[in-house]
Amino acid sequence: MTEYNLILMEKILDGSANAAEKAEFEQIIINEPKMKKEFEEQKHIKEVLKMVQLKNPTNEVWDGYWEGIYNRLERSIAWLFIFAGAAVLLALGSYEAVETFLADTQTPAVIKYSTAAVVFGLTLLLFSVIREKLFTRKHDKYKEIQR
Amino acid sequence: MKNNLFTKTKPDENKMKEFEQNVKINMKRAYFTALGFTGSHESALELSQEAFIRAYKNYNKFNPDRKFFTWYYKILKNLCLNFIRDSKKYNNVSFLDSTDNLPANSTPQQDLERDETGKLVQEALLKLNFEDREIIILKEFQGLSYKEISELLNLPEGTVMSKLFYARKKLLKLLKGVL
Repeated sequence: MTEYNLILMEKILDGSANAAEKAEFEQIIINEPKMKKEFEEQKHIKEVLKMVQLKNPTNEVWDGYWEGIYNRLERSIAWLFIFAGAAVLLALGSYEAVETFLADTQTPAVIKYSTAAVVFGLTLLLFSVIREKLFTRKHDKYKEIQR
Repeated sequence: MKNNLFTKTKPDENKMKEFEQNVKINMKRAYFTALGFTGSHESALELSQEAFIRAYKNYNKFNPDRKFFTWYYKILKNLCLNFIRDSKKYNNVSFLDSTDNLPANSTPQQDLERDETGKLVQEALLKLNFEDREIIILKEFQGLSYKEISELLNLPEGTVMSKLFYARKKLLKLLKGVL
């Protein structure tokens, strides 16, 4: 089937064909039985699809739809503040803890430096993971592709 | 000048009101599109709302000369694709109904047959690949014109017609023998 005939058939099925196009299509299906068969099949499946529709939810769903979005937006702002505050508190607390630990004269130097190395390594690891996540999200050319 | 500063509506308030209008105008279309894609009421509600939230967060990137739904549709489609990829399995809850424009004097036997047809169509739709299902949902269930679909999918109208033809053909093949 040619692209032209296919488009013509779609217009007929959709009811958007003009008189000249209808006449042309009539002629085509008289001359091409295969085309007629395709047309009958397409008409049949369209009729079947007309018998069903997507289920409409209850009115409460529509009434509360915008409110649901608004509440979630509001909560996301609240979470942002909570995370920002918690991050600052955690950073300050960690700094204080490290400072106290390093100032402690009772702990041997080797333990102090090993602990400092572990903390530094963990911080670097965390920073690297966050940076990679953020960088990938911004620059991944293939993020729209289904993997 | 000072008075103007204080009486002027905040820009964020304007943005929110405008956005609210856009949500209210497009929410049904958004929900039904997601329902057609995912086949579940809960997911459709969750994903269509989540897409609106993401749209709001990126609202400054929206070009007001374009149609809101065309822009929003890309966000919704990506969310639905991710959902389908992650969930892998569809639930068995029916998401199709008989249409309202059926004869009032139909017999219980006819009603039963229609329900059965609905189930079969639903099963066949979920077996189609995403692209074919998408175009059938947009045209046959949402009643969008070829022009509207071509804008949403960023395809020429002729390609939309051709894709629709082949998608229906595949659906018919899946339904052959049962209808």
